Order: sequence, then structure tokens, then C-alpha cells
Amino acid sequence: MNGASCAAKISTQPFSLNPTSPTSHDNPLVSPKPTSLFLGSTRKLRLSSSSKLNLHRRSGTVVAVSDVVKQKKSKSTPSLLITKEEGLELYEDMILGRAFEDMCAQMYYRGKMFGFVHLYNGQEAVSTGFIKLLKQQDSVVSTYRDHVHALSKGVPARAVMSELFGKTTGCCRGQGGSMHMFSREHNLLGGFAFIGEGIPVATGAAFTSKYKREVLKEADCDHVTLAFFGDGTCNNGQFFECLNMAALWKLPIVFVVENNLWAIGMSHLRATSDPQIYKKGPAFGMPGIHVDGMDVLKVREVAKEAIGRARRGEGPTLVECETYRFRGHSLADPDELRDPGSHLNPFFSQVQKCHLIQCRAASLAAEKAHYAARDPITALKKYLIENSLASEADLKAIDKKIDEVVEDAVEFADESPVPSRSQLLENVFADPKGFGIGPDGRYRCEDPKFTEGTAHV
Amino acid sequence: MAAIFQGVGAAAALSSSPSNSFDSKKFVSSPCRSFSVRKGASFAVVRSDGRVNLNPKSRRAQQLISNAVATKSDSAAASSSSKPGHELLLFEALQEGLEEEMERDPHVCVMGEDVGHYGGSYKVTKGLAKKFGDLRVLDTPIAENSFTGMGIGAAMTGLRPVVEGMNMGFLLLAFNQISNNCGMLHYTSGGQFTIPIVIRGPGGVGRQLGAEHSQRLESYLQSIPGIQMVACSTPYNAKGLMKAAIRSENPVILFEHVLLYNLKERIPDEDYICNLEEAEMVRPGEHVTILTYSRMRYHVMQAAKTLVNKGYDPEIIDIRSLKPFDLYTIGNSVKKTHHVLIVEECMRTGGVGASLTAAITENFNDYLDAPIMCLSSQDVPTPYAGTLEEVTIVQPAQIVKAVEQLCQ
Repeated sequence: MNGASCAAKISTQPFSLNPTSPTSHDNPLVSPKPTSLFLGSTRKLRLSSSSKLNLHRRSGTVVAVSDVVKQKKSKSTPSLLITKEEGLELYEDMILGRAFEDMCAQMYYRGKMFGFVHLYNGQEAVSTGFIKLLKQQDSVVSTYRDHVHALSKGVPARAVMSELFGKTTGCCRGQGGSMHMFSREHNLLGGFAFIGEGIPVATGAAFTSKYKREVLKEADCDHVTLAFFGDGTCNNGQFFECLNMAALWKLPIVFVVENNLWAIGMSHLRATSDPQIYKKGPAFGMPGIHVDGMDVLKVREVAKEAIGRARRGEGPTLVECETYRFRGHSLADPDELRDPGSHLNPFFSQVQKCHLIQCRAASLAAEKAHYAARDPITALKKYLIENSLASEADLKAIDKKIDEVVEDAVEFADESPVPSRSQLLENVFADPKGFGIGPDGRYRCEDPKFTEGTAHV
Repeated sequence: MAAIFQGVGAAAALSSSPSNSFDSKKFVSSPCRSFSVRKGASFAVVRSDGRVNLNPKSRRAQQLISNAVATKSDSAAASSSSKPGHELLLFEALQEGLEEEMERDPHVCVMGEDVGHYGGSYKVTKGLAKKFGDLRVLDTPIAENSFTGMGIGAAMTGLRPVVEGMNMGFLLLAFNQISNNCGMLHYTSGGQFTIPIVIRGPGGVGRQLGAEHSQRLESYLQSIPGIQMVACSTPYNAKGLMKAAIRSENPVILFEHVLLYNLKERIPDEDYICNLEEAEMVRPGEHVTILTYSRMRYHVMQAAKTLVNKGYDPEIIDIRSLKPFDLYTIGNSVKKTHHVLIVEECMRTGGVGASLTAAITENFNDYLDAPIMCLSSQDVPTPYAGTLEEVTIVQPAQIVKAVEQLCQ
């Protein structure tokens, strides 16, 4: 289904909510269907454009992923996608993400953190599914919805919570905040406030990996970079420019689209001429995959292949994860924006509008209920128990452990000191000579007022 | 009388810094000055690191070198070392600096449009792709915002990229990355990631290139916290600044000028850098401090000839460091002459001159005998027609008039 057919349907019935994927929603973790992931689109597009481009190069990349994953799908038996250890690791990571974000909401409304805070509830499967497959040296680049990416990558909950409280013990010394989580140790390259601006940075990190292997001759350098971003970003120039460069130079990067259908109040369908984002991959010469982002095991399977491709030097992949955020865009967003009346064509009559509002309200309520029923954590829990990979007790123990971790993080953040004035000028320049030479002939950074943070720059 | 006065003044200026280690015998200047020892070059350039308080380690071997004005080529080598130095054009100096740094550190790489196989649209990267390979000298697609961002990501993860904007104006498209990431990432990451990137390219008003190719991005970029901006004007400082910028851990934006690429000068054979934060004393004087940079330096030099004939003694400083300003060199000059004229190519509104005026007023107001005068380009998109283009920028005649007015 594409935008045109949706528009054609507008006058007769409500928007269909999920035009992109015919994935089975009822039993997400049982018998994954071979046809669900690719919809044949990657192959069709390859054939139409192969005449213009280097057939050898393109066919090698496009066919590989779909073939390999398709084979895996038909060969795998439903209940052995993961081991017990893996299952518990995935569960713990998702619970940590959920509990942490819930605590953030509480803390925000209690006035412990301010500004724009964007929560990840509902999307945990994407972060866990991808990031748990990475090594420490692999890089992750995120957006402003980055708390859970940070936690999955290994940044301690304490450091993230402190950062949110603006304390000096935060991962960025309190200077970044919710939208700028960085960790050199864990190779989390941000945290970006403007959408799209992290994607080139991720492309650069992937470039470094390739450079290290080919120029610096660090033969075993196979570091992969994951770039996470949303559906709104996929209409931004930086997205397309980087798809081009990554495919051109076969950079070891995976572009992960967290398509939660909404950019604040702008529905993906209203903003995008062709809402099927994964189709844009083959246009640039890389495989485009669509996956059910509410199903951590499906995400993990796709991620394994995409990351593997990048590690082997076969180039980038575009993965579109269909997911949903249970909360509003940010804590400042009352989430009334996903409201019934906002999509109506102004030329409709009042009667039409009333009818549509009713249908729309019903359909939006249905949308939220639909995805709530596909809560990735509930689904994984069900899978683990039904397949005897873990008991209720095991999972409850994890829940309890995570509760303690999050409580501890809040306590730690509460007790941590706020940054002192002297921190103000400390990290503006890596080399503080950049502040220049003062009237007295000395470098200004040598002025004691500078270290006190009271100097005028 | 004027000549003697100048000579005394100059000698006093030179001897006032106790730690200066340059040999006064090598001080070269125009034949009509009385303080010269050797003749030949048109104007003297004193490297401005003859200063007391600075960490000596930050200074390189202090040498004097003669400055090449666009119209004259230099004959005398002014290097204080035993090697004769070598003559080259400004774009070759940039290339030499870049090549030397690429040889010195394999993490240094170049990215930009047509830098590789084409050799650079101003030939600054000529031959480098052949020597270092296509990955180290990367031909990018036309996507400034993204490849600048890519350079930033590479810098964060261990490389030292030199990103070329084919024209500085094109970097307007990269403003998002330069402002948000280049300038701010070190801070917002709490100091975890450094961005040792160099962003360089030619800007300024050329010969009838049209409005969009004649932009002065230094005025737009100067507010961005966390970056340094330098402007080169001679082959000597071009090479020196290029090398210093590459070696710096801070993000540095190096402004070149479209019309200065073919300046010729003799530069030393041995390794040297120019300090990023320092200004360059072009011509010591007594009556008025003229602060300038990039191409306007040459308009000032031309005006200076007329001024000297009329009996004025201008002190000319090429500020070189557009952000931060070298308030020491500038301040010392203001304290001496008490009159300031700024000559810049930026537009009247919000340019480097405007910031410099504010900085001087803030710091040295008590030393001024007259309000600071700032000559800038008109707030006009640069017209294509040559006659109109000429009057949008500052011309030597205006500079002469301004000095006369200032020193009444």
C-alpha cells in the first residue's frame, strides 16, 4: 500500500493503520513467516535498476541478505531462536529500558529534570535487538531519544540518570542532558538534538573503521556502526546523502529506522510520499529490510545479518523497524497530538468531518490498543515461558533486580553534586589555548578566573 | 625627518621585547626606510612571537621573512638558517603543509569535492591522491552537510580529517554540522570526544565571481563556540597555519582567499608552524594601528605606500586569528598609536570588524584618542559587474582617506 491508495481511501473509510507490513500480529514469536520481512521489494527494484548500474556489485549485495535470511527463516524451528542466557539478557535489557524510562517520567514530574526529555517506552525491542549483538568497540549513534540506546550499549544507569539530573557525575558531566548522551568508553557517539545530524557522524565513524582497516592496516578492525533515527528523519537530506556515501564506499554501517509512525504530531503517512522506508535502501544500492520492531527476536535475526554484512565488509544495510512509542513525543507533549481531528482534509463537509472524527478517534484508540497488545516485553516474556526458557520466578527476579538498579541510579543522582562554576569553561576546547591571548600577553586559560569559571570569554 | 622618526620608532619597537631572539641584522625592509640594513624586499614582517610571557615551547624558531606583496616578487631570502629556503606560490605552500602533515601522521586525511583525482579546484591537493590513495584523499559527492558531518564523526573516532569546501560559501550547507557538532560536541560530551578537524577553503570577493561565490563566511561562523578561525595571507603563514591547524586538537577553520593563491614568496626549508592564536606584525609604525586580514592586507599595504609618502607612519597588523583575537599584539599597538583603523572584507553588519571593534573598545578604550574606524564591505550582495564589485569592497584610496581623517 502506498500513499496514493491511502488518499483514495480517505473519503470512504478511516486510514489503515498499518499499510506497510502484512506481518502476523497475533503470534509474533511463533513461526515467523518467510514472506513477512521483505515483501519482494528488494528484488523487484534490483531488476529495474540493474541496467543502469554495476550489476555485479548490486546483485551481490541485494540478494545476499534476502537469500540468507530467508533460508534462516525456513530452516529455523520456532522455539530455538535464542538460548536461555540470551533470552534472559534480552529480557533484562528491555526491562531496564522500560523501568528507567518510567522512572524518568516520575522524576521529570517531580522537578528533578527539565527541558526536553524523550522516552523510549514501547520501542525497547529495537534497541535491545540490535545493540546486544555489538562489541564494545562498535559504535552507536542515536537521536534525542537516546536513554535506552545508552543503557543497552552499557552506559551505567547511574551515569545516565545523573546526566539527566544535570549532575557533575553524569556521563557528560551534566553538560549534555537528555538529548546528548555520549560515552567514549562504550562508543556511544551521541545523542543529537536535531534530527538527521547524527547520521553523518555515524557515517564518519564507519569511515574510520574502514580507514583503519585499509590505510592504517589494522587488519582485524571490523568495527561496525549503528545509526538509529526515526521516520521523520527519513525525509531529511542528510539521510539520503549518507545512504549514498555509505553504499558508495561500502562503509560498515547499519541504518536503523525506528518507524513509530509519528513525528511529534505529524503522521508518517502525511509527510512521506512513499511511506515504505525500506524501499529506499535499494535505490542507493543497499538492501532494505522491513521488520516487526515490536518483536525483539525478529529484530535480532535481522540485526545479526545486517551487522554481519557490515563486519564482513559487504557494506551498509537499511533496516526499517516498525515500532511504536507508548508515550508522547516528549514529556512536554501531552500526546493530544495523536488526536482524532488533526488529519482531516479541510475541504470535507462538517458531516464528513464528524464521521471521520468518530472513525478516527476509534481508529487512533485502536492504534494505541493495537500496539499496546504488542508490547515487546510482554511478548518476550510469553515466549520465554511458553518455551520453557525461563520461569516466572526467574523473570520476577530480574524485575526486582532492575527496580533496585533504577532506584540506586536515582539515589546516586540525587546525592551527586551539581557542577561547580569552575566547570563552565572547561570543555569548550580540547586545547584551551583556543580561548586566545589576553591583553596581558598570557593565554587566557592561564588566568585563574578561567579555572574559576568567572572569566569573561 | 619622517624617515628618521620612523627608524627610531621601529628600533624602539623591536627592542622593547627582551626575549626577542631575532637577529636584527636580518631585519629586512624597504629601501626608503632608515632602519633597514638589507635592501630588497618591500616590507618587513616580524613574527609576532617576540614576547615575554608566553611559554617558549609554543614558539618556533623565530625568523624574519620578507613579505611578498602581490605585485612584487621577492628576491632576498630572509631566513636566519643556513638553508636558502625555496620559492613557491601560496597554493603550493598550502599543499606542502598538507603533504608534510599527511606524511608525518597517517591519521591525517582529506575530504572534499574534487580533491582527489582532480587535484583540488584550486590545486591545493594536487598530486596527493596519487601519493596517498583514494581513501586518504577522498573525493566526496556534492553533499557538504553530510561529508562535513562525516569528517566530524571520523575526527571523533580517531582520524584527523581536513575537510575542503570548494568555496567557503558552500559550507553554508554544512552550517548545521559546523555549528552543532563541530563546535559543540566536545562540550556536550563532557570533554569525552575531541574533534581535531580542519575545515578549509577559499572565500572572499574574487574577480566577478557573482554574489554567491563571493561570500565571507567568517562573519557567520564567528559566533560558534568551540571553534577557532584563522585566515592566511602569505605563503609563509599559509603553510604555517595549515600545519598548526592540523596538529591542533581543536576544530579549526582556515580561511583562504580566492585571489591570493598565486602569491609568491620564499619560505624556509625546515619545519615550522605559525601559532594559531597570534597576530602578525606586518609593518611597525607610530601613528595609527591598521588591523586587517587576508586579502585586505594587500590593499592596506598599497595604501601604506601612499600614506608613507604623505608622511604617515602606519602600524599594520595582520590579525590572522579571527577567533580568538590576539589582544596582546593588538593591545600593545593600540597603546602605542592610540588610533585604530580596521580594514576588512566582511560586510558592515556583524562582521569580524564589528567584533574586533567591540573587543578593542571593551579592553582598550582608555588608550584611544579617537573612535575606532572600521572599513568594511558594503551590505550588498556582491554584484557581478566589475565596476560595482570594485566599490563594494574597500579600496586603497578609502584606506588613505580614513587614515587622514583619523589622524587629524
